[in-house]
Amino acid sequence: MKRPSTLTGYALLYLAFLYLPVLFLPLFSFNSGTIVAFPIKGWTLDWYRKLGEQDTLIQALWNSIGVGFVAALLSTAIGLFAARAFVRYRFKGQRAAEGLVMLPLVIPGIIVASSMLVLFLFLGLKPSLVTVALGHIFLALPFAVSILKSAFDDFDASLEEASYDLGVGVFETFRRVTLPVVAPGIIASILVTFTVSFDEFVLAFFLSGNQPTLPVYIWSQIRFPAKLPNVLALGSILLFTSVLLLVLAEYFRRRSSGKGT
Amino acid sequence: MILRSDAAKGYSLSAPATIYVGFLVAAPLAILIAYSFWTQTYVTLDKSLTLKNYREALTDPLVQHLMLRSIWIAGAVTIVTVALAYPIAYFIAMKAHKKTIWLLLITIPFWSSYLLRVFAWKLILGFNGVMNSALLGLGLINEPLSFLLYNEFAVVLTLAHAWAPFAILPIYVSLQKIDPSLLEAATDLGNNAFQRFMRVTLPLTIPGIIAACLIIFIPTVGDYVTPALVGGSDGKMIANLIQVQFGAANNWPLGATLSLMAMLSVGFVAIVFVITGNRLGRRIR
Repeated sequence: MKRPSTLTGYALLYLAFLYLPVLFLPLFSFNSGTIVAFPIKGWTLDWYRKLGEQDTLIQALWNSIGVGFVAALLSTAIGLFAARAFVRYRFKGQRAAEGLVMLPLVIPGIIVASSMLVLFLFLGLKPSLVTVALGHIFLALPFAVSILKSAFDDFDASLEEASYDLGVGVFETFRRVTLPVVAPGIIASILVTFTVSFDEFVLAFFLSGNQPTLPVYIWSQIRFPAKLPNVLALGSILLFTSVLLLVLAEYFRRRSSGKGT
Repeated sequence: MILRSDAAKGYSLSAPATIYVGFLVAAPLAILIAYSFWTQTYVTLDKSLTLKNYREALTDPLVQHLMLRSIWIAGAVTIVTVALAYPIAYFIAMKAHKKTIWLLLITIPFWSSYLLRVFAWKLILGFNGVMNSALLGLGLINEPLSFLLYNEFAVVLTLAHAWAPFAILPIYVSLQKIDPSLLEAATDLGNNAFQRFMRVTLPLTIPGIIAACLIIFIPTVGDYVTPALVGGSDGKMIANLIQVQFGAANNWPLGATLSLMAMLSVGFVAIVFVITGNRLGRRIR
């Protein structure tokens, strides 16, 4: 850039608009006063210390991690097949199939949540972490498919053909040729889908029954002003974790693309 | 392994995904439709078919009010978000040197929980909140501003913040696709920067703009968290009413009817929008 233009200035302002609101959570999580307002009374780590003592919170955390893990692995596995089908093969109704898989992105959350609740009860499945996971796989699938599709886009099909020509079988070829090349995409997909599930609220709110995930737990705490500092501390940890996951994903993606294709 | 046709491989590999999504879209929809023709009195579900729920939903002024407000709020959010996002997408696609870094910077905040971001706005806009206390401390105002939280303004602001990257990314992609030689040609033909933007860049990014609008508008109509946390009674939307039917009011048939009607109105507005958007795009060209 030769000179800082108005556009650059606007971009920086916009970044401030994106970041400032989110940064208030960690800022006030160190405030010793219980009211979230300036001026800050004093600095403390008490709110963080108290988090470890709350059994329901720890339980909710494990619930979220479990659901996130299952949803990430299954949506990535299903997405891997679909992404390969969409990139590698041409078939009738392909566009419709791709559109269908992207549908969960654009259905309003409340409609997904209410209709799944009705469906699962109809099928005799009581609201629990299982139903939350089933719903999260549905929500995470479009993310998995689009990430993995771009991973397969970069993949040169002639590598596989060479492997077949050398007499290597289909599964062996997938393991030794395809998988190493698309591995960064798979890792990225797992991280993204995990985060999608980990942060999802509305569906979990409807489907979790008496097994709250972390966002459902936070929701139950938000109403009580006395619990506010705890929510701030917990929220700050979650923000930090999410950013850490993203940086990790980026690191893996770059490292492997450096030595890979 | 037997060699099969490419089409057969395509079908079988994509089947788990399409069947899973297809089932979880179609089956609940069928059951919702069934529910919408049933009625609920206290704990008993009456499965005789009736149009009572539709009559109730269509004549209840509260339902109409919330439905229209949901659509207008979602529309306002869409316009504000896309208008604010376009220059950023343009900056990243055309001017910025480190595109990946910028894209990363734009997406990082959205890896944090949606619930927490909305909650942050509640803290900022509150009567005794961050914004008011800061303005009071700086001596810019004498008493706390009361119009910040619990109204439609708060809902639009919060949602516009929450959906920002979803507007930036599709527009960025469509800007990236523009062939630079088209821009050079426009300049060679004597267009200035503004004309070039209006005649070449903007029309070519209309698909991206339409995508951004749909990606924001459709989910926003049915947003639950934001109106519940920052909307107050003046900012409630249709999703809050639907949740009440499935929760405290325990009237699932009415809830199902409202869900279906919300879906239909969203679909209708979206289709009208896509058609007019495409027409407009052709006219500019």
